[in-house]
Amino acid sequence: MTRPVPLLLIGLAIALPLSLLAGRVWIDPLGEQTRNAAVILIELRLPRALLAIFVGAGLGGAGAAMQGYLRNPLADPGLFGIAPGAALGAVLSMWLGYAVGAYALPLFALVGAAGAMALLALIAGRDGGVALFTLAGLMIASLSGALMSLAISLSPTPFALSEIVTWLMGALVDRSWRDVWIAAPLTMAGLGFLVAAARSLDALTLGETAARSLGVDPRRLQGLMIAGIGLTVGAGVAVAGIISFVGLIVPHLVRPLTDRRPSSLIVPSALAGALLLLVADSACRILPLAGGELRLGIALSLIGAPFFIHLLLRMRQGLA
Amino acid sequence: MLCAESLSLAGRLRDLGALFQPGEVTAICGPNGAGKSTLLACLAGLLDPDEGRVSLGGADLATMHPRQRAQSIGYLPQTPEVAWDVSVEVLVSLGRIPWAGGPAGEAQEAIDAAIAAMDLEEFRHRPVSRLSGGERARALMARVLATRPRWLLADEPLANLDLGHAAALIGSFREQAVAGRGVVLVLHDLASAMNHADRVLVLDRGRLAADGPPKEALSEDVVARVWHVDAQWLGDEGAKALAVRGS
Repeated sequence: MTRPVPLLLIGLAIALPLSLLAGRVWIDPLGEQTRNAAVILIELRLPRALLAIFVGAGLGGAGAAMQGYLRNPLADPGLFGIAPGAALGAVLSMWLGYAVGAYALPLFALVGAAGAMALLALIAGRDGGVALFTLAGLMIASLSGALMSLAISLSPTPFALSEIVTWLMGALVDRSWRDVWIAAPLTMAGLGFLVAAARSLDALTLGETAARSLGVDPRRLQGLMIAGIGLTVGAGVAVAGIISFVGLIVPHLVRPLTDRRPSSLIVPSALAGALLLLVADSACRILPLAGGELRLGIALSLIGAPFFIHLLLRMRQGLA
Repeated sequence: MLCAESLSLAGRLRDLGALFQPGEVTAICGPNGAGKSTLLACLAGLLDPDEGRVSLGGADLATMHPRQRAQSIGYLPQTPEVAWDVSVEVLVSLGRIPWAGGPAGEAQEAIDAAIAAMDLEEFRHRPVSRLSGGERARALMARVLATRPRWLLADEPLANLDLGHAAALIGSFREQAVAGRGVVLVLHDLASAMNHADRVLVLDRGRLAADGPPKEALSEDVVARVWHVDAQWLGDEGAKALAVRGS
């Protein structure tokens, strides 16, 4: 177990009960009983908190693995085109009006993620090279983006249009246990694949050739990465929409606390991602905002972009 | 024994055969584009030849499990990169990846021995970004040694090193050969090959142009034929220098 893990577990143990109490209706565990407190806790806040934990863990772990795989601290799980693929699936389900059914939207999103994964595996070729693979991912991302824009511009009804646009902003509002049952097993399985790839990612620290000389099978590694990123990110988008910056920022925050090997980073990044999303989602719930609550995806981009610029400036000065 | 049998690779190697002995330092020399690095990559099992095969102790490298191959052959690439700013100890520990799952005590012992052999004790916890070029080269070499491979293959290990560090590194390759390992180095500098190798292979446009003790394989005739320069070896045995006459 690496150093930050106990610390992050304590953080989660503190943040989880607090997030259950916080919201438009504050629940005071010691004071008088709030009306419907049990329903609010069990049917609304607990699934929402668990979703924040699983989606955050998936994004954080995926980001750490992705940066290790591309040997680049600026890499983001979105680069593989899996998140846009999943988003395209979700948008299509809304466009076709299927999103009314309970499982249709997440299912469409997962099919979109799987499609992006399959396309990626198909294009990436036999030698397992990283550069071609990344370009394939970028191509899939921009293709998915274009198709999404097409779907939006050809939106059949204004209702579908606003639904799509709102959904794309990413949030955990009004989620239920159903979403937890979708996200939890897929995210855990994805993290399992990424942990299985960890040692090969360590070897990649020395470059592709040296990694192969250390016995790394590039095709196996690529397969693990596609499965791991696909499941974590696909599941995240399926239940929460597009939430950016978590996968990019979290590994940066965690890295100085570890020995900087990719393998030491995956589990702590997953925990830190979970903590970040849980805290951010609670904050979104509490913030007073006319006309509803701040969308989680927007909030994270608002925090994430300046943080990222700060990071780039520090890197430019050679301090990062 | 590491054995290359009639290797051919389109445009790079042509019907090349060579036998490498443990306990020897073998240098691979040749002009730019002669196929030196390609041959080394084939010997390391990182590149499959179109024809021919490389065998290690009689077993075909192409069908050997990558992990088993990695336990036997340590490879130092030409431009070693270190993507993350890890400490020297963590860098060296990467050399234990082929033995993952083995006893932890043995791993730590191999890491400590490699750090000691490369004289890196005082830098053990220093991040690689804060090492000088020479210290970094030693740390990367220690990474290969930590695997405890039977064969050490290095592609231009002396490039970018100053005289003192190059001499120290070549001394440690010699120590490894004395310890019974097979050492194969791609060397650009013919004087280093002449003075420090037991045997030299000279490649010319993918073919084997000479193979033998340095004095024969790097004779003035061979240098003239392969490099197209009029050159003369000066100095004493073990400290020779190559003087090239202007045309």
